[in-house]
Amino acid sequence: MNAPASLDRLLPSLDHRHLDWLEEEAIFILRETAAAFERPALLFSSGKDSCVVLHLAEKAFKSRQADGSFKGRLPFPLLHVDTGHNFPEVIEFRDRRIEEIGERLIVGHLEDSIARGTVRLSHPLESRNGHQTVALLEAIEEHRFDALIGGARRDEEKARAKERIFSHRDSFGQWQPKEQRPELWTLFNTRIKPGEHMRAFPISNWTELDVWLYIARENIPLPSLYFAHQREVIRRRGLLVPLTEVTPLEDGETVETAEVRFRTVGDMTCTCPVESPARNSAEIVAETLQVTVSERGATRMDDRTSDASMERRKKEGYF
Amino acid sequence: MSALKEDDTGRAPGRSQAGPHPLGGSADVPVGREAPSRALRFLTAGSVDDGKSTLIGRLLYDSQAILADQLDTLEKRAAGAPIDLSLLTDGLEAEREQGITIDVAYRYFATPRRKFIIADAPGHEQYTRNMVTAAAGSDAAVVLVDITKLDVTQKPLVLLPQTRRHALLAHLLRVPSIVFAVNKLDAVADPAPAYVAVREALLAFAKQAGIEVAEVIPVSALRGDNVTAPLEADWYQGPSLLQLLERLPAAQERKDGDLLVPVQYVVRDAVQELDGTGHQWRALWGRIAHGRVKAGDAVQIFPSGETATVAEVRLAGSVVPVVEAGQSVGVVLDRQVDVSRGDWIVTPGSVQPSQRFSATLAWLDTEPAQVGRKYWVRHGNRWVQARITAIDSRLDVNTLQVIDTHQLAVNDIGHVTIETQQPLPVEAYEANRTGGALIIVDPATNRTSGALLVKAALE
Repeated sequence: MNAPASLDRLLPSLDHRHLDWLEEEAIFILRETAAAFERPALLFSSGKDSCVVLHLAEKAFKSRQADGSFKGRLPFPLLHVDTGHNFPEVIEFRDRRIEEIGERLIVGHLEDSIARGTVRLSHPLESRNGHQTVALLEAIEEHRFDALIGGARRDEEKARAKERIFSHRDSFGQWQPKEQRPELWTLFNTRIKPGEHMRAFPISNWTELDVWLYIARENIPLPSLYFAHQREVIRRRGLLVPLTEVTPLEDGETVETAEVRFRTVGDMTCTCPVESPARNSAEIVAETLQVTVSERGATRMDDRTSDASMERRKKEGYF
Repeated sequence: MSALKEDDTGRAPGRSQAGPHPLGGSADVPVGREAPSRALRFLTAGSVDDGKSTLIGRLLYDSQAILADQLDTLEKRAAGAPIDLSLLTDGLEAEREQGITIDVAYRYFATPRRKFIIADAPGHEQYTRNMVTAAAGSDAAVVLVDITKLDVTQKPLVLLPQTRRHALLAHLLRVPSIVFAVNKLDAVADPAPAYVAVREALLAFAKQAGIEVAEVIPVSALRGDNVTAPLEADWYQGPSLLQLLERLPAAQERKDGDLLVPVQYVVRDAVQELDGTGHQWRALWGRIAHGRVKAGDAVQIFPSGETATVAEVRLAGSVVPVVEAGQSVGVVLDRQVDVSRGDWIVTPGSVQPSQRFSATLAWLDTEPAQVGRKYWVRHGNRWVQARITAIDSRLDVNTLQVIDTHQLAVNDIGHVTIETQQPLPVEAYEANRTGGALIIVDPATNRTSGALLVKAALE
C-alpha cells in the first residue's frame, strides 16, 4: 500500500528528527495515561488519526519483533462508537485490524441509544455525528472508563487550539473551557474525582502533514477509503457528497463517477471525499503540501453551519 | 520546497509547482545539515493592542498555514474591508464576544527549514497564569513592544510595565532565548531613531535584570515588514523575526554527567528469556531528565536505595545500544528490585534527597495560597503531600523588587519554603527543569494551583 521508495524523494520534507520528537511525546503521554488511570480506553474509529495513535500505543507498550510485528498486550481496550452509518469498508478494516493485533474492542452502538430513547433523531437520515456524544458517554458510564485516549489534534480547528493534552471532563462528561487546568512542563495534573473522566490527546502537537508523513514512514495500515478510488458522487454546495443509502439523490441533481479519496472517515451522512489521484501515503504527503482547504472545511458538512459549531459540540462532550 | 522532486507518476508534487516557498529566506544555511534538530516551541507575549494577534496571523499567513476556507470566513467577516489577520488566532466563543484571548492557544506553522509551535499567551489580567503556562517548556519567548505607546524623545526612555513583566516572567521560567519584537514601526514617522532609542532602553533594562537578550527586532506585523523577509534599511542589518526563529536553539537537557530518570510506569508481568532461566523481569519506563544509560551501567533506585545493573535499554519497543536525556525509554534491570511509579533511577550515590526546599512559587488559583494547609505536589512522577511552611516575600513582576508580604493571590509570584511528606530528589530549577519543577494541586478542587521552581534544598 505504501511506497517508501518514492517517499524518500520527498526529503527533506520527511524530517525524521521531527517525527521522532513527536513520537517520543506521544509515547510519553500514552504511558502516562496507562499509569495514572485505572480504566483507560483508546478511542478507535479506524480514522487515520486513531490508526496513528494505535500504532504509537503498540510502540509504547509492546516489544518489536525482528519481522516488525509487535509482541505483547496493550494495557487498555479499544472503544469504537458506531453510529450505524459507517462506511462498510471502515467496519471491515476495523474488525480485520483488531483480529491482527489481538486486542479487545468494545463497540458502543448509537442504534442502542436510539432504542433506549436517549437519542431522538428529528428525521431518519439526520447526521448522527452530534449524537455520538450520547453513545460515547453511555459507554463511559457502562464500562466506568476514567480516561479516554483520542486522536484529536490542535491544528484541526480553532476551538481545539486551546485544548489541553489532558483535558478534564466533569461528571456529565462536559468540557469547561474556562475551567481548564494550566498545563506546565509535562507535569500533568491527572487527578479526578469519582464519576469524572479525562481525555488524553497524545498527538495534540501533530499537524495533518506530520500524520501523513508518519503513516508513510511507519507503513501504518489504513482503510482503503483513504486512497484514490472510483466512487459515485453528487456535487452539492461545493462538496462532493458520496451516493449512499443515507445520502440519496435530491431533485435536480445528477450522479457522476469521480476519482476520489477521503481525508477523514466519519458518519456517512456528513463525510465527503475530495477529488484526488493519490494512491498511497507518499502521494498524499505530496498533495497535502499543496492543500488549500482545511481538513474539516473540505469534508465535513456539519462543520459548515457556523464558525463556532465545533466549540458548541465540544462543550457537550464531543471527542 | 525546492528539494521536492518529481515522483514516479511524473507529476511535480507539492509547492514546487507554485514557485519558491514564500519563506525561503536566505540560502546561506543548507537545509537538513545545519538546520536545528527539532521544532522550536516559542511563546508570544504582549498586551491587548500590542499587535500580537496580528503578528501571529502574519506568520501563519506568510507561511501558508492559513487555508482557503479559513480565509473565506475572514473575508466574510471583513465584509469588503481588508481582512483582519488578528482574527485568525481567536479561538473560543467567549473571547470572541469580549474581543480578547483568554487562554493559551497553540498554533503550528513550518518553513522549509523548521517547524514551529507557538504558545500564544494573552497579556491581560490572567497574564501571569497564562504566561507561566506558555513559558514552561518553551524554547524561546517573543515579547512584543508597541512602539506607539512609548515616548521615544524621553531620556531615559521609560518602558511599559507589561514589557518588563513579560521579559521577567520568561526569564524566571528560564526560557532559553528572549527576543524583543518592536512592533508598529509603520505608525512611526521616523522609525530609525525611535527603534534605536527603544533598543537601548530594552538592553539597559535587560542588563539590570540579568536577562540575556537574543535580539531586538523591529517589525510591522500589519505591513509584514521584517517578519519573514528581512528589512532593507540602512539602520537595521539584523535578521527578520522568522530568520532568527529558524536558528534559535531548542532547549536541551544535559546528556553527560549523572543519570536521573523519573519512573513513569513499571511493566509487571513481562516474562522474557534473558539469561536462559526465563525469570521474570521488570521494564521501568520513563523520560530521562539528564544523563544517558546503556547496558552494563550500575544504577540505584531512589528511594529504596537498592542497586542493580542495567541489562538492556529500550526505545519505542526496540532494544537499542544507549538512551539519553529527553527520550522516553525502557530500562531493564538484571535483578528484582523494589520499585514503583514515582521512584527514580539514578547514578548510585548522586541524589541528595530533601524534605524541605526553598522555591519560587507562581500562584495560579483564584483561591489564595494558604500557609500550613496540605496540598498535593507532583515532582517527576511522584505525588506527595506538602505544605507551604512560609511565604517569605512577593516579587513585583513589573520592577523585580522584593516586597515583604506573607500573602500570595492569583497571578502573584513569591519566595516560599516547602515541606514535603516524603523526601524528594529535588534539584535547582536553573540546573534542570525536570528535577527542579513541581506543580501544586488543591486537594479539594483538583485545580492546578501553583508552579514551584526549586531554588535550593534546605537542611
